[in-house]
Amino acid sequence: MSNTTYLKEHIDRLQQADNSKLSGVRKAANKSFDTWGIPTVKHEEWKYTRIGSLFNKEFTVSVSADSTLSKAELESLRLPGADDANELFFINGIYHPELSVIKSTGLVLQPLEEASANRYAPIVEAQFNDSGKYLQDGINALNTASINGGIFLHVDTKKIIKHPVYIYNISDTRVAPVLAQPRSLFYVAEAAQVQFVETYRTVGASESMTNQVTEIIVEKDAIVEYYKLQNDEAHANQVSTTHIKQIGKSVVHTVTVSLNGGIVRNNLNAVLGANYAEAHLYGLYFQHGQSHIDNHTIVDNVMPDCLSNELYKGILDNQSTGVFNGKIFVRKDAQKTNAFQSNKNVLLSENANVNTKPQLEIFADDVKCSHGCTIGSLDEEALFYLQARGVPHNQAMALLLQGFALDILEKIKPAAIRSYVEDLITQRLTADVL
Amino acid sequence: MLRIQNLQAGIEGREILKGINLDIKPGEVHAIMGPNGSGKSTLASVLAGKQDYTVTGGSVEFYGKDLLELAPEERAGEGLFLGFQYPVEIPGLSTTNFIKTAVNEVRKYRGQEALDAVSFLKLMKEKMALMEMDQTMLSRSLNEGFSGGEKKRNEIFQMAMLQPKLAILDETDSGLDIDAIRVVAGGVNKLRSSENAVLAITHYQRLLDYLVPDFVHVLYNGRIVKSGTKELALELEERGYDFIKNEMHQAEAVS
Repeated sequence: MSNTTYLKEHIDRLQQADNSKLSGVRKAANKSFDTWGIPTVKHEEWKYTRIGSLFNKEFTVSVSADSTLSKAELESLRLPGADDANELFFINGIYHPELSVIKSTGLVLQPLEEASANRYAPIVEAQFNDSGKYLQDGINALNTASINGGIFLHVDTKKIIKHPVYIYNISDTRVAPVLAQPRSLFYVAEAAQVQFVETYRTVGASESMTNQVTEIIVEKDAIVEYYKLQNDEAHANQVSTTHIKQIGKSVVHTVTVSLNGGIVRNNLNAVLGANYAEAHLYGLYFQHGQSHIDNHTIVDNVMPDCLSNELYKGILDNQSTGVFNGKIFVRKDAQKTNAFQSNKNVLLSENANVNTKPQLEIFADDVKCSHGCTIGSLDEEALFYLQARGVPHNQAMALLLQGFALDILEKIKPAAIRSYVEDLITQRLTADVL
Repeated sequence: MLRIQNLQAGIEGREILKGINLDIKPGEVHAIMGPNGSGKSTLASVLAGKQDYTVTGGSVEFYGKDLLELAPEERAGEGLFLGFQYPVEIPGLSTTNFIKTAVNEVRKYRGQEALDAVSFLKLMKEKMALMEMDQTMLSRSLNEGFSGGEKKRNEIFQMAMLQPKLAILDETDSGLDIDAIRVVAGGVNKLRSSENAVLAITHYQRLLDYLVPDFVHVLYNGRIVKSGTKELALELEERGYDFIKNEMHQAEAVS
């Protein structure tokens, strides 16, 4: 049974002190959390991902930006290309302005509560917590009920942000297990362009649980790239929700790369809410040990003439487990929708497994939709072909797996990040497979 | 260089090769012909070390070494090359990247230094010209979306890069029009020397117009039932495989 009494107390304390415009949303979420609790496998969307037992223990929950990690200690966690990036640091779920660097003009960052009361109030009011409509479960409600130290980021009209925005979610578990609940709302205004690169790191030997919700609202003619890199420790767990809503004709490009962790659940939603909106969702998971990766995606075609293209590829070794659940809605008005989805898996071990499920709910009659999934082992014929040309077995495997991953890796546009991920994969292939 | 003695092999308990004997010396071109299902491709796969097949008897020596003891990549290192009947398509792996790995692995096996980028490029340019190939083909994913002719040309290109002592060409002519056969066989001919040998496995005689064999063997029902010179291929072309089958059945009836 999940122990949530202390979480309830934490939420109550936060809400008593809350006189912000967000209090209504928080209160409603608190109620939902009371009703739903931490999702169990009885919840249809949580059938293959068990997070209940993670909540048996009592996590530490930070209430303010009181991290004792110094800038020097954080140095080793920075991603390649960081010197040329805007950097946002969340520690134990709380945004730390003193560690963060905003160097681009046209990028406005504010505490969420502040933005809900100033000139950004209409945006926050209209857009905040759209994810809650799609993710009706206690874990999403828990994040919303516990909002604290969250941010609002505005990318101004027509600004092309040259420096990518790196977002670090760090859990400091040197003393005790930590529950971190970062919350962000990004608003990308008309004709702006921006790249987000987000990563997760646990410092310390105790367990971490990151329950994150990021909502990204995209106006017309904007172009947004979002990259999620998950290569944390085996005792690092997370539910990471990225909810993207396109309110104008815009282009969204996401790549989710998951290489290591404990139990990792990603919710990626793309709401195509304007004619001719376009969303590309790519994913690569390469799991080993006991790690568990669950990619739940929702593409919601609300308006006509939209395009979505989704390709997730997975390699599972040892006792690792994977889930892919790809939901596509085509609403009644969304005629001429083009929606494509594919999930391909390679199992390297008899003890690895994956559950993959496409779910199409189509209410319009003039649409083009396709979906497909494959699960198999490495192609023996291809292995033999490479070996017969003199390439040793293990290296042949590595070449085939690199080839398998390539069409996703090619979708990572920032060069520093792409070569970083390629190196991680090469290292993995050398260490594990060879 | 290659001595096959009483080789028996099968797959999933089914016997396919029932005692093959064959000697190949440097400088020779041998052709193995035979009807479908006679065991031609099995012989090629067993020699290259495909794991699906189980060798149940006999021996294969390659320059005095027990070939059957070696892994496929070791056989390649020793100088054996198999040109596939159906070259495998490998998405995401460029031909250039692949052949560079293969060349350097084979060199490593032979105790040679890896080729530096300049020497590799020079070698590749030379062999590309030989096979009338262009750069775009080599930067594409290995065999992916290649036509039948492109795939086979790519096979011979790889053979040229690896410079094997014995090349086994498994139905290299299948699915090729006569122009493509000319290019492919022309490439093989240019690679021939007194040091290396070719074992061409084919169903039809037409490849042998370009790749003139010293010896022709007929494989039927898992055994070499007839050997001769290039005239045997012409006779087979004219009379079809039925005359071999009939001869065999008559021989069986007499005994």
